[in-house]
Amino acid sequence: MKKLLNFKMTKKQILISSSILVTASFVLNKLIGYHYVTIALMLLTALIAGLPILKRAIVSARYLVVGIDALVSIAVIGAIIIQEYWEAAAVTFLFMLGDYLESRTIEKTRSSIRSLLDLSPDTARIKRGDEEVIVSPDEVVMHDLVVIRPGEKIPVDGKVIEGSAYINQSAITGESMPIFKELNDSVFSGTIIESGYLIVEAEKVGEDTTFARILHMVEDAADKKAKTQKFLERFSKYYTPAIILMSIIFYFITKDIRLALTLLVISCPGALVISAPVSIVAGIGNGAKKGVLVKGGDIMEKLGTVKVIAFDKTGTLTTGQPRVTRVKSFQLSEEKVLEIAAAGEAYSEHPLAKAIINRAKEGNEGNSNTINRAEESTIITGQGISFTYEDKDYLIGNRKLLNEKGINYQDLEQYIQDEESKGQTLVILADKSEVIGIISIADAVRQESLSLVSDLKKKGIKKTVMLTGDNGLAAKEIARQTGMDDYYFELLPEDKVNALNELSTKYGRTAMVGDGVNDAPALASADLGIAIGHLGADVAMETADVVLMSENIDSLSYAIGLSRATVFNMKQNIYFALAVSAFLLAGVLFKKVNLSLGMLIHELSVFLVVVNAVRLLGYKERRKKV
Amino acid sequence: MAKRTYQLETLACPSCSAKIGALLKKTKGVNEAEVLYNTSRVKLDFDEEVVTSDELKAKIATLGYQVLSER
Repeated sequence: MKKLLNFKMTKKQILISSSILVTASFVLNKLIGYHYVTIALMLLTALIAGLPILKRAIVSARYLVVGIDALVSIAVIGAIIIQEYWEAAAVTFLFMLGDYLESRTIEKTRSSIRSLLDLSPDTARIKRGDEEVIVSPDEVVMHDLVVIRPGEKIPVDGKVIEGSAYINQSAITGESMPIFKELNDSVFSGTIIESGYLIVEAEKVGEDTTFARILHMVEDAADKKAKTQKFLERFSKYYTPAIILMSIIFYFITKDIRLALTLLVISCPGALVISAPVSIVAGIGNGAKKGVLVKGGDIMEKLGTVKVIAFDKTGTLTTGQPRVTRVKSFQLSEEKVLEIAAAGEAYSEHPLAKAIINRAKEGNEGNSNTINRAEESTIITGQGISFTYEDKDYLIGNRKLLNEKGINYQDLEQYIQDEESKGQTLVILADKSEVIGIISIADAVRQESLSLVSDLKKKGIKKTVMLTGDNGLAAKEIARQTGMDDYYFELLPEDKVNALNELSTKYGRTAMVGDGVNDAPALASADLGIAIGHLGADVAMETADVVLMSENIDSLSYAIGLSRATVFNMKQNIYFALAVSAFLLAGVLFKKVNLSLGMLIHELSVFLVVVNAVRLLGYKERRKKV
Repeated sequence: MAKRTYQLETLACPSCSAKIGALLKKTKGVNEAEVLYNTSRVKLDFDEEVVTSDELKAKIATLGYQVLSER
């Protein structure tokens, strides 16, 4: 007996042998009836398919867990005792077959997440002295020089110190457009070089890389339960013992052992318990592949029911990098104005100065200009700079500077006001006596932000607002361009939190979308915090409930659609499972469903629920027709 | 004190994860055990002087689940 118990077969072997046996006994039963050969075959099926079930039941009984294994075991043993050999064989076979099919299909629902894990780099080629050695990515240490060739994965986060390359970052951002990287650019682990060649100095390695952290977040997200799921688990905790009790009571009242055993088999609402988690994991997997990380089932449920979405301005709706939008020149050419202005600003770290220098560098027709520096320059705090360039004196700065230095700009007043009302910040360049140029600078709206509001409105979002720390004029212009319903300006971080609370009580569930630069408190306190990805912005990534990995804010409407599809799929599963449970219970009580049929329906319903969830992996945004 | 995460073969039914959780929580030396159904993982916090990682893996195997990898 002991030897028999230790006799091991693989799951596949069990599946194949019991399939043959169960078919043989079925055919024999039709041909020669309940002959002892038939009975022997049936018992053998029950033994081969049932032994692993019984073993698991015994082990779990030791830990006081009554699972479906125990119930099926009791039912099968009962069936053998009352000489229902065919039922015993059929039930064990179906249970095992169902188990096998379910684990295969469940594997499928998790495949998106699994495939993400497979993207982890396996090897790293590092420079030690003059030699290149291949090591495991875990062995790379900070400041190692890593060499990456076309087709290879970057194994660390770091900075390019030599070479240039086109990099596919889709593993992280979900965007397949390759991005050009050169000297001093940051590159990330898990991304792939499509063409080119890089030497990268490692800054973050192993578990600290952005990619590793994203993987951990996705894994943890997959197991954060949805509210519905918790409810279902509570429900089945009572459902199973209740049916078992019912089965015992029925047995004592009716003495109908068949009925009692059948009740045991259907008492585990397998499809119901599994209905929510399979949908959630498939939904999260789908998102993760497209660069939308939803951190758990509960978030998935919330995201689809958001009423108001609040946006941070700088870096979220806009690119976050001020650019020169217009150069107005008097006397000199635009080129010359920019050249002088850049020379004056050459020593400044101010974002406006950077915008001017960048524009001056761009030059005309793609030639990049070199920047000359002022021979002498003095910073006038809060106003600008006075400097000498090519032996002439200049002033560059704001209106206060002109007033201070007594330079007349009366006739330009109208132009200045017009530009400012369009949200432009102006930098004025003057020589000793008069204004020679006015440079308009603004933080440009992202292309995708323009269609954002109409997309969200189509998804049924009631209200979109913008929260910004910037001044009213700049805020108004961006709000106008993007079509926001409302905008709040000159907000301090705590004002953003208050504004969110207000919106939430007034209109319902409110989400905050930000890049985390100065809106971390808002992201944390909103009903739902959505961080828009700047790779490496770790704090925002960790506090937010949803992370959009790519900078493309389009993925917000995808995330909302996905969340709704996931919740819808979950509900389909739940209602279906409930209906099956009710149907089975009624069927058994009215004696229309026997042991093997009960098992068949049970297993089939679990299978269908999983297959339904697998459909979610193929969820795509219906793109608007252009 | 040691922290480990085991990757198990696919957990097909939620009741299997309940079983593994119950087993581990009753094991001496285990302070915390969390079974993650969707990713088929077990997160453990245990006292290495009382119980070793190999012993824990063997225990899980008695329930019919192989530990594929650990970290």
